[in-house]
This record gives sequence, structure tokens and C-alpha cells, in this order.
Amino acid sequence: MTAYLLRRLGQTVVTLFVMSLLVFIGLYMIGNPVDVLISSSATPQERQAVIAAMGLDQPLWFQYWTFLSHALTGDLGKSFVYNQPALRLILSRMPATLELAFSALVLALVFGIPLGLLAGLKPKALVSRVIMVSSILGFSLPTFWIGLMMIMLFSVKLGWLPASGRGDTVNVLGVPISILTLDGLRHIALPALNLALFKISLVIRLTRAGVIECMQMEYVRFARAKGVSEARIVTVHVLKNTLIPLITVIGLEFGSVIAFAVVTETIFAWPGMGKLIIDAISVLDRPVILAYLLMTVVLFTLINLVVDIFYSVADPRVRLGEAAE
Amino acid sequence: MSATTETPHADAALIDAALIDPNVGEEMPPEPTRPVILFLQRLLADRIGLVGVLLVGVLVLAAVFAPLLGWQNPYDLSQLDFLDGRLPPGSHSSTGMTFLLGSDDQGRDLFSAILFGLRTSLLVGVVSAVIALVIGAAAGLVSAYAGGRIDTLIMRIVDIQLSFPAILIALILLAILGQGVDKIILALVVTQWAYYARTIRASALVERRRAYVDAARCLALPPRKIVFSHILPNCLPPLIVVVTMRIAYAISLEATLSFLGIGLPVTQPSLGLLIANGFKYLMSGDYWISLFPGLALLLLIVGINLIGDTLRDLLNPRMHR
Amino acid sequence: MTPAANAEKMLVVSGLETRFNTSRGPVAAVRDVNIEVGRGEIVGLVGESGSGKSVTGLSLMGLIDAPGEITGGRILLNGEDLRSVGGKRLRQLRGDRIAMIFQDPMMTLNPVLRIDTQMIEAIRAHDRKISREAARQRCRDALGLVGIPSPDERLLAYPHEFSGGMRQRVAIAIAMLNNPDIIIADEPTTALDVTIQAQILAEMQKLCRQRGTALIWVTHDLTVVAGLADRVYVMYAGSVVEQGPVDALLDRPIHPYTDGLIRSIPSHNEPGRPLHQIPGMTPALDRMPQGCRFHPRCARRTEGCLSEIPLMDFGGGRRARCIHPLVEG
Repeated sequence: MTAYLLRRLGQTVVTLFVMSLLVFIGLYMIGNPVDVLISSSATPQERQAVIAAMGLDQPLWFQYWTFLSHALTGDLGKSFVYNQPALRLILSRMPATLELAFSALVLALVFGIPLGLLAGLKPKALVSRVIMVSSILGFSLPTFWIGLMMIMLFSVKLGWLPASGRGDTVNVLGVPISILTLDGLRHIALPALNLALFKISLVIRLTRAGVIECMQMEYVRFARAKGVSEARIVTVHVLKNTLIPLITVIGLEFGSVIAFAVVTETIFAWPGMGKLIIDAISVLDRPVILAYLLMTVVLFTLINLVVDIFYSVADPRVRLGEAAE
Repeated sequence: MSATTETPHADAALIDAALIDPNVGEEMPPEPTRPVILFLQRLLADRIGLVGVLLVGVLVLAAVFAPLLGWQNPYDLSQLDFLDGRLPPGSHSSTGMTFLLGSDDQGRDLFSAILFGLRTSLLVGVVSAVIALVIGAAAGLVSAYAGGRIDTLIMRIVDIQLSFPAILIALILLAILGQGVDKIILALVVTQWAYYARTIRASALVERRRAYVDAARCLALPPRKIVFSHILPNCLPPLIVVVTMRIAYAISLEATLSFLGIGLPVTQPSLGLLIANGFKYLMSGDYWISLFPGLALLLLIVGINLIGDTLRDLLNPRMHR
Repeated sequence: MTPAANAEKMLVVSGLETRFNTSRGPVAAVRDVNIEVGRGEIVGLVGESGSGKSVTGLSLMGLIDAPGEITGGRILLNGEDLRSVGGKRLRQLRGDRIAMIFQDPMMTLNPVLRIDTQMIEAIRAHDRKISREAARQRCRDALGLVGIPSPDERLLAYPHEFSGGMRQRVAIAIAMLNNPDIIIADEPTTALDVTIQAQILAEMQKLCRQRGTALIWVTHDLTVVAGLADRVYVMYAGSVVEQGPVDALLDRPIHPYTDGLIRSIPSHNEPGRPLHQIPGMTPALDRMPQGCRFHPRCARRTEGCLSEIPLMDFGGGRRARCIHPLVEG
């Protein structure tokens, strides 16, 4: 267990280092944030002063070295735009994104598993064909466009749900949470569903494939031979065998949901870190871009770790460390 | 899970069924007709596949003949009139022409703009897929054929890359590179090649162990010839499916990135930009600027995915009953 | 010589036909199969793969999945026709009065459920009122019965923690849990080592004799049947070609196919002599020869073999489908 954790930690550090180096070089070779930040009417002296203040006159390796040594103390630099520590900015926006992503995954499972189960148990039925064709539709819907259409329908035309912001929040351990208030729930409904649509299709397909595979297994036949009811066969034998790999895959998808939150947050003005990174990219706010990227790597590593541990606990055949291979 | 699925005697009924129908659980029998033709026949015989082919066919034709189908070049600013801005579908322009699907805020005919946008989508999707395919195929084949350290190295890069969502990689790349058709193609190539590399390597590894490769080796054929004329053709079926699905994804991703304002510059025709443009007017009820370009995008992606899905079923020997 | 041969016929199968719907239309995997099993009797059902023996076993349990379907005949268990009792009653009987063990012990137990879950559900499926503790006690006893040491601990284990032989013992224990009238064993020892195979055979025989449980042992291996069964049914290409008491059938086979099977057993031959083999191959089910299905491979065939051959009585409980028998009736 310890060896496993240490190895994972080592991998994460290496990934963080490589990613930061690549992106650092990339960002600093191309584009100059000064052009964006200073008005074109500024004098060369003013310009020079700003460049020096931001340390942009130093050689690249020195800038990276400065960045790296500061990063080790938890300082990822100050945002050029907000003039705040980039890390603090990201961390303050992270809960909103995590809440959104988590809600979307829950929705994906809540809708996807029953539909996938139905389609898997009766693969030839009309309902199942409709479900499967709809899931292709779900795969194909561009997230940003369907988000706009949802706003148009539910907010503009019907006026049922708000189209932007987080609504009322409740602080839990100092972190604002939307899903605990009615107003917050109303605000998160559309963005969460928007973010979930693609994953619903994914869950449907994975569940269906798993169910079809399990139903052909000899242990299902043996359970029938024991006289076990069809309901129990489905809910205990088939579902457990289907859900363990499913949850594992979906857990790993959490990362992609967080990444795609960039789109949803932009549309629904959800104040998460996705919105922050898009704004940062458009003004070349390098510390924020770097901080976002590094935090995402850390987040992904944590998610993978949790999924590995879940898998080893849920599936009796898997031991930790083997799952990581 | 996979460890429990591969016992040959799992299903007595299946064994007996195999005796009835020699195709069950076996590889496909030798086909008398040329596989490609037979394959197309099967694709068109499937109703869903046919819908996909029709959708994509119509949209591709419309994109190719875009300048002939619309009455306006929507990206020639001299042909636009601001007074025609934000007219609903069916309105007439100041010159008496009809805005079939309405106009955007600059007086651009949406129908024409959508056709031009489709061109970009298809161009970006197909070109990025082809380049990524070449790179991915090369990497995958080298990996499978060389094995050892080279294999480990290539696959480690692939694994690391695939552990990050495509949109994140594209986002960072475009943040570095800036906007432009060439840049977005580059970003899409980077996000796609690893999928192809992994798919090709997986099937090449299977094919490599087959007897015919040993036979080719015994004939002392050069590795290049074995790879290209023996292994590669047999890796194609799973690859075709991945390519179709990835093209759809690439098209969607381009639109998404352009929508976010980091893909194509506003001077370029792009469905994503059109939709982004309409976003501003959505609240005031001018739905058409965002609706129709999105529908076109959706139909294109659905069409490609329907084809891909049908191909997947057709190419999966286990699905034949 | 067979203690139970004349006892009450507990299972009577008559005219069983099971078809599979294939892309080339329906084909019968099993046709006109008649089997009778007395209380406590041990019966062997022998045939090559594809002979329909497994399909017969599954048909008796009502476990034929689509695209297969039982299309004819009756399956009387204690006088009840399993084909007409309906799904609910069938479920009540399965695992309670008629149980089954499958070929591959690696596949029959659910890998993600503990042994106790999989055993207790077999009890509670038929007795919802039983207390957890009583059910658990019965599981313990059953595991002890099939020779699994420290059953208390083993109940909490998962299938992958057992060896193949142990898993098959667990499956046997599950089949025995509700003390059924009959157990259908579909090649349960084929996937195991020879030594373990012999142990399990002996134990199974002992248990069935002690408890008066009837047993249908489905196998491709005549030698297994020789030491185990009271009577034997030999299947070829979907139907029973010969049946009778085990000793008589093995000593003096009537049907040329049975003869060929017996002579193919390696130990039956002199050392160093080439093994006997039956020429040709088992026919595919959709390309069945007309008349006697064995005739294309048979040395004794004549014109008469092209017409449908009924099951004929040869006395002493022996029957065969052959007009050129090796033994006169």
C-alpha cells in the first residue's frame, strides 16, 4: 500500500514537472502578455517598467527557475489581471466547478444506469432501440449549443429556470455550496444537465454492454438453476458485476467533466475555474493558466487514486497496485 | 472482469449453436464478393446506417457547392448590409433577396453562412483526422512491431496523453499558439493521434501473432512489406470505426473551441462562431442565429456517428447471429 | 442389479424437442428424446460435443435461452409437466426439486459475491421465512458434506479464493442445499484434474445414494459413466440412439455408434495398437442425414437406414435405434 502510494506520488511529481516545463516554455515563447495588459499609448519607459516588475526581462531558464522555486513553496505567481496569487484564485473557484461536475456525474448515473439496464435486458425491444439511437444523439449534441438551446427553452421561453450564476449558497466548512438551497438547486439544474448529457449517453452504452455481457454468463444461468428470481438476478448478480467497472470508468471521466465544465461555465456564467481559465487565456494571464493546469493535474491524480482504491475495494479479485498497472 | 469472460466452454447452447451455424463465435467466413463492396452494401442495407450516409452525403454536397447554393458570400464584407441585421427567417433583404434562415447581426444570410461554416467543419475534421491517422498509425505500428523499449516509450506517451481530456489539451495548445485554421488543425491532431496509435497497436499485436505473419517472415519478406501489405490491412476494421467517431468528435471540438473564442478568428466561417454570435441575442428572443447553425452541426455529427455506430456493429463478428 | 431401476419413475421425459432459431431457419438440436429416471437412480447421458446432451440437460431445467426454445414433448417431474406449469412454479421447482451443476466451476459462481450470499440466496429463494442464522447453518452443513474444511471461514470467502475443485464442490453443495429429488450434472468434472475428478465422482455418488437423490450425469466420457451410473443413454446428433443398464451396454453394445465410442476409449486397446476411430464427423444440425443419422459413418449401413428408425426394444431394459444391431434382441 505504502509502496503503491509512493509510486503514484512519484509519477504525479514527474508529470507536474514535465507539464509545467512544456507549458511554461510554450507560453513564454509565444505571445507577450505586456501587449495585452498595457494600453498602446503607454510610453516605452512605462512599458519597460511593467516588464521589469513582472520579471519578464529575465532569461527564460531563470524565469522558470524562479517559478519552480516559488512553486515549491506553494506560490504559483500573481495573476497579471487580478493581482492576486494565482493559486488562491484557482482554489477559490474550484468548489463551484467541483460541485457542478459532481452534480453532472450523479445525473449521468441516475439517468444512464436505468436506461442502459433496460436496453441491455431487452436488446431487441423497440424501447431499447429508441434508447440506443437517442444515446447516439446524446453523443453528438455539441455541449455548448445544447446549453444555449436549454437557456432558450427553459429560461427565455418558459421562464422556469435561471440561466446564469450560482444562486443562493450555504457555507459548509467555509466553502459555498449551491445544491443545499432551493434557489441554488434551480441555478445548478440547467448547467449540470448540460454537462451531464454526453456522459448520460456514455453510461447508457457502458451499462448496456455490461448487462448484455453479464446476462450471458454462466453464473446467471446457475443462479436461475438455483431458483433465484429474475429480479434478484438483475439487481444483485448482473448489476454488481456491471457497476464495478462502470463506476471505475465514470470515475475516470470525472476529469473530462471538469475540463468540459469550461464550456458549460462560460455559457451559464457559472463562477468556477473553467470560466477563469477562458478569461485568462484570452488575456494571456500566464500564472493563472499555469496554476489551472497544475491544479488540474493534481486533481486528476487524486481522482485516479480514489478510483483505483474504489476498484480494489469493490472488486474482490483486484488488489491495490495491480489495478494501477 | 475480462478474466472471466474468455472460457471457451462457457455456454453449452452456444457450442451447440456453433455447430448449427459455423459463423457463431467464429471469424467471418471467406467472402466471395470484394469485402469493401460487400461492406458498403451491408452499411446501406442497415436503416440507421443509411440515414447516416444520407445525412452526411447531403451536408457534404451542400458544403462543397456552398457558393452556388447561397445568394451571398457571407464572408465578403462588401456584400453585407448592417440594415439587414437580425432579421427572422423568411425576411427579405434590402436588395429583395430572402433570408431563408434569417440573418445575423451583421446582415449575413444564415443559410449561406452555415454552408460556408460546414466547409470549415469538414475541412478541419477530415484534415486533422488524416494527419493524426498517419502519425498515429506510424506510431502504433512501430510500437507493435518493434516491441520492447520503443513500445514502452510510445505507449507511455500515449497513456499520459489520453489521461488528459482532449478539450483540455486543445485549450492549452491554443492558449499557446493563438487562433487560426492551421493552429486548430494542429491542436486537433495532437488530441487525436494517440487514439489511433493505441487502436492500431492493439490490432497489430493481435495480427502479428497470426500464422500468416509468421509465414510472411519465413518467406523473408522485409518488415516494411509485412507491416504495410499484411498487418495494416487487417487492422483497418476497428480503425475505420475509431476514425469515424473521432472525426465527429473533432468537428464538435472545433466548433466548441471557436465558440469559446479561442479557435478560429471571427473573420473565418465557423459554425461555432455563428452560434457564439447568436448567444448575445438569445435573451432577446432572436433564437435563429444560434439555432440553425447548431442544427446543421448536430445533423453532421449525428450522421457521422450513425455511420460509425453501424460500422461498429457490422465489423463486430460477435454481433452476427 | 440396479437397486432403484424399478422404483417409481420420478422424472419422465417424452418426445422432447428443442430448436434453435438460426439465420438459416429453425434447426432441432434435440429431437424425440425420451428419458426416464427413477427415484435415487443414477443415469448417464453420454454423447460427443454437439450431440445435444447439454441442450437436453438445460431443457429439463427450462434454462434454454433465446434463440433456443423447447418445441415439443413433455417433462414430467413427480407428475408435474414442467413445460406447462408456468414460469413462477418452474422457478419454485428449480433449485428446490430439480437442481443443476455446470461444467466450468470458474464460471458458475459469481466472482463479486461472497460464497454465503450465493448459498443463502439459494435457500431463501424457496423459503423466505427461514432465519438468517438457520440458513447459514444449512450452508455450513452443506459445505461440510462436500468436504470443504472450515466451512465457517469459507462462507465469507469469494470464489477466486477457491481452487477449481473446491469451487465445483461449492456448486455441488449449492445444488444439494434444498435436498432436491434430482440433480442434473453437466460435465462437472471435465474441467478438473483427473485425481480431483475421481474424488468428486466418488463423493457425488456416495451423497446421492445416501440421500436418495437421483442424478443425471451428462458427459462425453464413457469411462466416467462405467463406474458411476445405473443406466446409460447414448446420444448422437440430437437423439438417443441407445439406452440400457450400464454393464450390459458397455459389454455388448447394440448400436454401431455405441460400439465405436467404446472402442475409441484408449485403455480399451492393446498397448501399441492404433486407436480405433469412427470415420467421418458429427453432422451439422442443419445438414442432418436422412433416416438414421449415423448411417453415413456406419459400416453396416444399407438402403433401409435411409428411412426413419424408431427406438426398438431389445429386452432387459435395453433399447436402440438400429435395424442392424450388433446384438440380437
